[in-house]
Amino acid sequence: MTDARSLEVQEKKELVSKGEKTVPARYYVPTTDIYETADALKVVMEVPGVARDAIDIKVEDDTLRVEARIDTAKYDGMEPLYTEYNVGHFARSFSLSHHIDRQRIAAALEDGVLTLTLGKVQQAEPRRIEIQ
Amino acid sequence: MSLLFADPFDALFQFQQTLDQLRASRWLEAGPSGGGAYPPLNVFRKGHDVIIVTEVPGVRKADISIEAKGDTLRIAGTKTTGPEEAAPQGSSIHRRERRSGHFDRAVTLPIEIDAEKIRAECRDGILAIHLPRAEHDKPRAIPIA
Repeated sequence: MTDARSLEVQEKKELVSKGEKTVPARYYVPTTDIYETADALKVVMEVPGVARDAIDIKVEDDTLRVEARIDTAKYDGMEPLYTEYNVGHFARSFSLSHHIDRQRIAAALEDGVLTLTLGKVQQAEPRRIEIQ
Repeated sequence: MSLLFADPFDALFQFQQTLDQLRASRWLEAGPSGGGAYPPLNVFRKGHDVIIVTEVPGVRKADISIEAKGDTLRIAGTKTTGPEEAAPQGSSIHRRERRSGHFDRAVTLPIEIDAEKIRAECRDGILAIHLPRAEHDKPRAIPIA
């Protein structure tokens, strides 16, 4: 939205998972927009600091799981002096409805924003019925 | 404090703890920057130089302007989100967590920086600004006669 509002910092939300993690590091929930177009569902999530090859997108048992890992090696040799945010990997899961075509899921990454395009199954697309 | 970790599995955990400890620090507090100002900054030291790292996911390189004068650095820009850009009209919103708007933030550093040699890079939503300490501001080693 191109309005004149000034931005405020959103505190990162820590991931509270059902299963306990085996690694001590914290995970964060990426802030996400979801919107629906005529033929697809778009999931837009913010994963700053994550490279293309460090993202795992899986569909298992009607659950879409996204895991994005940051690279801490970039911080090697840097001594923190002052911090306003913490860093960590990102993870989030979504339940898919039967309207989503499991075979038509596409992903794109740009400027730290991951966009998933979940195609709807053909039957779920709106169809106009002509009266004979 | 060094960031040389022995165990790579523990590296992120230790780093997160170090960053958490510093969140109470008052290093930039005297500057004109208010708490909660966007974008959130992390400040690191590497040798003599200072590196400011900030998360600006979804902000295009062209939409960020960085200005430096004396020991003050200004980061301003616009963040846009939303279906208006990515999808045609008529899409319905299910969830909206990302925020958009303008940001303008100035920080005053406690050291003098060489404005000519400032270098900024923006990749994967992370903006890193390398601020070399001015040559005349560097501490001088005094040999004991």
